[in-house]
Amino acid sequence: MSMTVDSLKTYAVNTWCPGCGNFGIERGIKQVFADLVNEGSVKKENIVILSGIGCHAKMVDYIAVNSFYSLHGRVVAPATGIKVANPELTVVGFAGDGDAYGEGLEHLIFAAKRNVNITMMIHNNRVYGLTTGQYTPTSPKGFAGRSTPKGSLEEPMNPIELMLASGASFVARAFPLQLEPMKSVMKQAILHRGFALVDILQPCFTFYNTYQFYRPRVFDLQQAGHDPSDWEAAMQRAREWNYTDADDSKIALGVFYRAEKPAFDESLLGERRLLALSSPALGGVLETHI
Amino acid sequence: MVRNEYTVLIGGQAGDGIKQAGNAIARLFNRLGYWIFVYEDYPSLIRGGHNFAVIRAAPQRIIAHKDKVDVLIALNQDTIAQHTRRLSPDSLVIFDSSAVKAQGLAVPMGEMVKSKNLPPIVRNTAALAVLGAVTGADFSIVEDVIRSATKRSVEENIAVAKEAYAQAGGEHNHLHVPVLDNPPKPLLNGNEAIALGAVKGGMRLHVAYPMTPSSPILHYLAAQADRLNITTIHPESEIAVIGIAQGAAYAGVRSMVATSGGGFALMVEHFSLAGQAEIPTVVVLGQRPGPSTGLPTYTDQADLFFALYAGHGEFPRVVVAPGDAEQAFELTAEAMNLAWKFQSPVILLSDKELGESTFSTVLDENVAAVKEPPLWDGGGEYKRYALTDDGVSPLAFPGDPRATVKSNSYEHDEMGITTEESPLVIQAREKRLRKGRAIEAEIRNREAVRTYGNPESDIVLVTWGSTKGPVVEVAENLGLKVVQPLYLQPLPVWELEKHLGTTRPPGEPAARPYEPPRKVIAVEVNSTGRLCTWLRYHGHRVDESILKYDGRPFAVDELEEKVKGVLQ
Repeated sequence: MSMTVDSLKTYAVNTWCPGCGNFGIERGIKQVFADLVNEGSVKKENIVILSGIGCHAKMVDYIAVNSFYSLHGRVVAPATGIKVANPELTVVGFAGDGDAYGEGLEHLIFAAKRNVNITMMIHNNRVYGLTTGQYTPTSPKGFAGRSTPKGSLEEPMNPIELMLASGASFVARAFPLQLEPMKSVMKQAILHRGFALVDILQPCFTFYNTYQFYRPRVFDLQQAGHDPSDWEAAMQRAREWNYTDADDSKIALGVFYRAEKPAFDESLLGERRLLALSSPALGGVLETHI
Repeated sequence: MVRNEYTVLIGGQAGDGIKQAGNAIARLFNRLGYWIFVYEDYPSLIRGGHNFAVIRAAPQRIIAHKDKVDVLIALNQDTIAQHTRRLSPDSLVIFDSSAVKAQGLAVPMGEMVKSKNLPPIVRNTAALAVLGAVTGADFSIVEDVIRSATKRSVEENIAVAKEAYAQAGGEHNHLHVPVLDNPPKPLLNGNEAIALGAVKGGMRLHVAYPMTPSSPILHYLAAQADRLNITTIHPESEIAVIGIAQGAAYAGVRSMVATSGGGFALMVEHFSLAGQAEIPTVVVLGQRPGPSTGLPTYTDQADLFFALYAGHGEFPRVVVAPGDAEQAFELTAEAMNLAWKFQSPVILLSDKELGESTFSTVLDENVAAVKEPPLWDGGGEYKRYALTDDGVSPLAFPGDPRATVKSNSYEHDEMGITTEESPLVIQAREKRLRKGRAIEAEIRNREAVRTYGNPESDIVLVTWGSTKGPVVEVAENLGLKVVQPLYLQPLPVWELEKHLGTTRPPGEPAARPYEPPRKVIAVEVNSTGRLCTWLRYHGHRVDESILKYDGRPFAVDELEEKVKGVLQ
């Protein structure tokens, strides 16, 4: 019997604003989880999702799988611990841009550096939603938010470029209005062996409505002939759009880069598994202290 | 002079391998049948400065050092300058005559080592051999020590030892140390005891970021990982450390983190998460003098209230403070079991003095055994935060096809779904209050306070953590009683009142009145009397405080004078 998307629903009342980009992400990931389970790639009980704090984070309340509602900026750390504790688990972290690119940026860089086998889906709406509209690391310069009423003074950060530079072995971008391509990217990210990051351009209907901006400017990297095994080409593609609001922006979607390299958890553990409770006799160790 | 115990101080500069030398000397006396305590003193630098180790050996159990020394071994001139005050007329000074001018037993250790093209650090081995000769130990014992304690160039070290031993023999044989009929015992510092106790308590993953005085736990466990069948991770920061440990615990693996005050400050948001999400979280907090960077390589007991109150919001916790390596071993295993039984944060409060001092140990591996936490029986729908009488919800882990395990940093319902509804919030908070009471009931059923010395004495020395060592010995010398609470949260007032007198809220009659002692003296290594304040908060009377706050622990002889001063 195949698992339905409906069976992944919980009784939690959805509190996202009407028109929120999160609806598309939720719909997409549920379909991806159902597909992965139904095609036998993943067992439902082995899925663990995590979230930071922010609008995106409500995701864990809305999906009926194992979950860890963590702290702002910190998704990567418990996700790493979960994967090391039980490598059978499929670990997918959701985080906002303020969350992953701001408060907890170091963890993201190190997750990429060590190639831990987890997937991070970044709900990059380029604004703090739940705290009602401040600029984030990816807001365009001049963004007039509640903490920067005269416009932000900082150039936006380019997370694709940053992740490539940090050694991430899978880097992609998606747009929830293009549901099927987004699902394809999500699925590839989850199945990727190693650290995968998907930067999801999620419009915030209330505080930063980017639907009309993105729609005519996005294009598909693979259709444009991009080779995701070419790191230099990926870097070049990443630099084509610097998260500004320029009219002539061309915003690439799809997989920028994908590489095979040893995953941290595999190298760390080898054949060792940590789940069993044990209390070894210390005789041999104590001998060395005499 | 007839001695039955010996204190040896070896000093040099950082890079001379003083720590290793202290360890080797401890192993020598261990083989002669003595109980050992080693105090290490070193500044925060890699080369230069002044490092020394004080090795005390006695026929009976000792857990503190003395200020006066019987043998001073100087690898540099500074050692003579700094420690001459510790000598008595019949003390022996051994020195490397290639580098030091002094009166005593001159051995050209530097030249010996140089002539064999060995690095200067091998002077340690020469010093050990000279001491071996001076004690009257057979060279085979010195050789055995070198083989047990040296990793590289073992034969070259033995060759140096032979030469040094021969030069120091004969008429210089001052000490005539009797060989005692005791088997040698494992020599563990507190950090090693904590590491091994954690493993006995089921720890499979240790996560830490280097910070004195707790990094040796990481180093030790990393080095022993294969033998102990565990894994260690050193990630980017203390925040990542505790996050990784909590992720592992959520997934069913016993983890432990270790740090000092500054690192724990970074962990505190996650510490609070342990309270809300009910994640078993064991933190070793090795104290050193603060505030801020403070004195990184010295000792202090000033972080008691940090441990008691760290974290925003209200949640139950356990704070436990072992006083020596054996207590550290047992209580770390217990910390692990308590954290899992109650799915709560537990702080093991250590300090530099406990962590880095070496003790002779007799470990009872059966006492430190792993205990199963309350596991879900598989009946009905799994609720991560199921309401129970004692507030403890049975555990299930991701990967169980029968369960969906939802852990939450927000206030949540029984399933782990976020809620802001008033009745559900009250229900969740009262669940955690019940859990706090269950923890206290658990602690009531175990040894939460230790007493030492003269049980009849009406003068009580109350102390905690590593300061127990010198306090117990002073009390034995002066016929006083010592009270050491092992648990500081929940504070075992039910036990303490038996020794310190009944405490009760005003107007409330005591069920079992206890007579207070004539005098209660708190002894601690801090400047504001943290334990004293905590005892008074709970209504206990403390008459005097003896405090020390230069980053150094009390030596037995030093403390004895201070206690006598208070009693005059």
